[in-house]
Amino acid sequence: MGAANGSEAANLLEVVGLTKIFGTLTACDHINLTIGRGEIHALLGENGAGKSTLVKMLFGSLEPNEGEIRWKGEPVRIASPGAARKLGIGMVFQHFSLFEALTAAENIALSLDHKTPIGTIAAKAQALSYGYGLPLDPNSLVGDLSVGERQRIEIIRCLLQVPELIILDEPTSVLTPQEADKLFETLERLRSEGKSILYISHRLEEVKRMCDRATVLRHGKVVGHCDPRKETAASLARMMVGNEVLQVVRPPVEESAPHPALLEIRGLDRKPATPFSIPLKNINLEVKAGEVVGIAGVAGNGQGELFEAVSGEVRQQDGGSIRIRGRDAGHLAISGRRLLGAAFVPEERLGHGAAPRMTLSENLLLSRHKTDRKAFLGAAGFVHSGAIAAAAQRIIKAMDVRKSAPDPEAAALSGGNLQKFIIGRELDRRPSVMVVNQPTWGVDAGAAARIRQALIELARSGSAVLVISQDLDELFEISDAIAVMHNGTLSRPLPIAQATFEKIGLLMGGAEPGHVEHDVKEVA
Amino acid sequence: MRVELIKRPQRSALFSVLSPFIALGLTLVAGAVMFSLLGKNPIEALYYYFVAPLSGLWNPDDFWQLHELAIKAAPLILIAVGLSICYLSNNWNIGAEGQFIVGGIVGSILPVVFPTFESWIVLPLMLLMGIVGGAAYAAIPAFLKTRFNTNEILTSLMLVYVAQLLLDWIVRGPWRDPKGFNFPQTVQFNDSAVLPEIFPASGRANWGFVFALVAALVMWFLVSKTLKGFEVKVLGQSPRAGRFAGFSSSRMVFFGFLVSGGLAGLAGISEVSGAIGQLQPTISPGYGFTAIIVAFLGRLNPLGIVAAGLVLGLSYLGGEAAQVSIGLSDKAVRAFQGMLLFFVLACDTLILYRIRLVRTSPAKALEPAHGNA
Amino acid sequence: MGTLEAILLTIATASTPLLIAAIGELVVERSGVLNLGVEGMMLMGAVTGFGVALTTGSPWLGVIAAIIVGALFSLLFGFLTLTLVTNQVATGLALTLLGMGFSGMLGVGFVGLPGMRLGNLSIPILSDLPVIGKFIFGEDPLFYISILLTAGVAWFLFRTRAGLTLRSIGDNHSSAHALGIDVIGIRYLAVMFGGACAGLAGAHLSLVYTPQWVENMTAGRGWIALALVVFSSWRPWRVLAGAYLFGAITIAQLHIQATNLADLAFLPGPLYWLASVIKSVPAQFLSSLPYLATILVLVLISRNRRLTMMNTPASLGRAFVPDR
Repeated sequence: MGAANGSEAANLLEVVGLTKIFGTLTACDHINLTIGRGEIHALLGENGAGKSTLVKMLFGSLEPNEGEIRWKGEPVRIASPGAARKLGIGMVFQHFSLFEALTAAENIALSLDHKTPIGTIAAKAQALSYGYGLPLDPNSLVGDLSVGERQRIEIIRCLLQVPELIILDEPTSVLTPQEADKLFETLERLRSEGKSILYISHRLEEVKRMCDRATVLRHGKVVGHCDPRKETAASLARMMVGNEVLQVVRPPVEESAPHPALLEIRGLDRKPATPFSIPLKNINLEVKAGEVVGIAGVAGNGQGELFEAVSGEVRQQDGGSIRIRGRDAGHLAISGRRLLGAAFVPEERLGHGAAPRMTLSENLLLSRHKTDRKAFLGAAGFVHSGAIAAAAQRIIKAMDVRKSAPDPEAAALSGGNLQKFIIGRELDRRPSVMVVNQPTWGVDAGAAARIRQALIELARSGSAVLVISQDLDELFEISDAIAVMHNGTLSRPLPIAQATFEKIGLLMGGAEPGHVEHDVKEVA
Repeated sequence: MRVELIKRPQRSALFSVLSPFIALGLTLVAGAVMFSLLGKNPIEALYYYFVAPLSGLWNPDDFWQLHELAIKAAPLILIAVGLSICYLSNNWNIGAEGQFIVGGIVGSILPVVFPTFESWIVLPLMLLMGIVGGAAYAAIPAFLKTRFNTNEILTSLMLVYVAQLLLDWIVRGPWRDPKGFNFPQTVQFNDSAVLPEIFPASGRANWGFVFALVAALVMWFLVSKTLKGFEVKVLGQSPRAGRFAGFSSSRMVFFGFLVSGGLAGLAGISEVSGAIGQLQPTISPGYGFTAIIVAFLGRLNPLGIVAAGLVLGLSYLGGEAAQVSIGLSDKAVRAFQGMLLFFVLACDTLILYRIRLVRTSPAKALEPAHGNA
Repeated sequence: MGTLEAILLTIATASTPLLIAAIGELVVERSGVLNLGVEGMMLMGAVTGFGVALTTGSPWLGVIAAIIVGALFSLLFGFLTLTLVTNQVATGLALTLLGMGFSGMLGVGFVGLPGMRLGNLSIPILSDLPVIGKFIFGEDPLFYISILLTAGVAWFLFRTRAGLTLRSIGDNHSSAHALGIDVIGIRYLAVMFGGACAGLAGAHLSLVYTPQWVENMTAGRGWIALALVVFSSWRPWRVLAGAYLFGAITIAQLHIQATNLADLAFLPGPLYWLASVIKSVPAQFLSSLPYLATILVLVLISRNRRLTMMNTPASLGRAFVPDR
């Protein structure tokens, strides 16, 4: 029930000329924005457009350099998240702000400022969670929970504070399509209760479906306000990116050429290495020359563990469990697998795929000191820095890596440019097997399109490409077949012609593969 | 008032060079304050600490003092160069004092157990055994870390106390010189077991200093020019990236500990054979710990460590000089060295961050947003 | 007073400084900060406690001064690691070296002087109960404080909102910051609490355990306290168990060193033989037992990697720079 407060200003929140400067970068440049009561307001923009910075200022975790925030018509200064909560602003973070070693109830208690007795929080949280159809066990350790369950905690935590404005940062990026539908129902219900929602997303379809109004950001500036229901996905994308998005082209696999399986995974098992990691159970997959195979799945279902096992960062007892170009590789370490012609790109760029405080040339040596030993190293391991620097420049040119210094530290590059370099570092070797985990996570649209196109081209030139991704749009764009990872098991790959969002979504949610195919037959 | 750090886009080359000097300057100021509080004339005290021991530079009669400096600096440089490899790879060996002692003990086996064995081969064998002894003792925390996941800081340090007690037992028990009037010490080493002096004509400095310089050069080349050095730095900075590169962090633990333990052992036997000439209950004035300061003052760069080793060696000599001339307790040296490490660490922040002082007024937080600066 | 009574009493005396220092460090580490400077802070506490007691004539003033100096000394570490974001391991080492240096210098005039001792409790009747009377009702005052401290920290960490906040910072400082928790401010308080405890533990050494000042008189107890925190899996009552285990080992080896074999002639044959074997072990080996035991305990507790990872505060030792 929307409480009609005629005397108060019509808008719940008004942002006028809000600006945030980090060093030389103006992350938010005189942003104007209004959110009405009972409205779901979308905030659209690419990675790096300034969405997160804006939201952090609204929630009091960042201090604006300039501008004004008005709450119910009154200018306010939001000095801390606590102050934001007191006003009635709640937030559900994209990268959850949860504590793995604490229970769900303890996590909730931490964000309740008032003197709620700790003992009563668990019961309250449970009641509220069932009320909103988001069941929750308050005594479970967060570290043991799935991503979807964690988001529930975030939402419940937010709702317990009875906020008037709820900020959701990319809430569906970690959910299956079916889980996302449930979230939308919850949001609809909140809207009907008169609450306002600021909804941040880059998924245009759901914005069109749910949101009343949208504000679009590009390079830190507002480029327009619109009614998303009256726009097309393409017109929204144009507003976000500023020009036409490069369309990724996926030519058909050549039927005439032979397609030997270059990467084979056979009955791969792995015990969990850390308290919160997922065991792998009997994983089987083949990637043939010329094709891109995608692995879909909600984060934390064993994708990281699979990547470690396939890359050789963790070796297997059974040499035959991983075969590269027809040779047993399970017992080999990552360097040995690279020497067989495989290349790997991990999910985390800084600190895994690249050493943050090392230059791009040094980071080139990181993954190629074994495969390019002759070119890069002399006697006694003497490093030929000239040859390495030349190779680094070649990659920088080929992938159009934008940088501020001739050979900057990895940490100084933007996410998209660093990812282009890391992918380019491996492509430069012309690997016959390429395994990539989250190729375009947090990467701007231009760089993402370039990376995806490069992966397709690598496959079509005769390599086997395996892509692990949480981004279903991406997988549908580049894959020839999609398998789904759930709770440490991998489904049989579905050829792209037979795959639909719904089918993949059901598998991501843990449905038995048989059921999905059965349902499909009934539909067909 | 609040201190705020602003991350630099790139590490500052200027402050990489400047920070040890700023730290030295701040330490001198703080030292002057400390000496005044102790009732000494700070200028005079600093003179005795840092200038008097160097008088050999302009006064040929005092040239022997520079030899004394080399004697003090040699073990510091040897140990610190090894520690720098360890610390660069993010392995925290703080038990160099123990490895120094064990190197001294193992290296002394020949001259103590076979005092009549005189040959040109004795000395090389002693040095080798010293290295092996130190490395083997350092291998214990490395093994415990890789095999049982044990914290190497605590184990390597506990082994220092054990080594000190071992030395104490050995010079009072089995190895005590039977003709030594019951003093807790071993026999004097025979001539072929004594590390010779470099320029006997001008002073006592022995070949230990040459070992230190060679070790620094070799390690500098290894760290800055070879794949092994790259491996050390990658594993130290981001272990996951190192694993992705195919480097083994367990092997690096052993590499770091064996190198630093071996060099500490070499320093130990060089000190025993060159400067002391026998084993005693105490053979180190805390070189193993002071070398930690040397390593950081030298910014973990082997060449920087040579300079840093000379500075800290100077502080030992200066401490003795100040005690004799103005009655300043020799304990002040340790305080001085501790302050130096503190300032070095603080100044290193300048390399990665710009520091800004922000004036904060708590009342402002409650005001409305008008006129936000 | 029987032998058993005496042994129990000395075990408590040997364990109390370890317990106090380790409990303080436990709180520091629960907040995600690794302060390796315990040894240095204890030395500062010991020299301050001794000096102030001697000059004022009041051991209690010495205790209070030691607590204050310990807390202030830890602020140096706090400023470097929390404000200037220096490496915590290196800075902790620096604090220890600095503490060794300063305490040695401050204590030059105290060496060899007779100190003051904080008297033991004496309650009529209760303290005179056989065996346990002295152990429970006749200890020094700091013994009772150490037990109260353990109980208080256990209650604080697991039963209060402030304790929950502290643990949350140790688990994930970025999340805590996003929720608006003052990560750095709370860590400063935790570091100072650790410093105060280490100062108190040092005062126990120089005012109760061996009422005198000797350079480096902590003899590695600060480091053993650090090991105890690991041993306890960051749980207060297990710190107490660990501290008493070490106290017992220390006292046992001291008693073995002090006992004359001739006094044990009454023992039956095999036991006498065993005693003679133990007595033939050099004193230095017995003295190294606490250090070797520390290593053994660390091995036993750390070998289960999964369990260690579960228990260790996840942001322990990691630098935190808030964006603002």
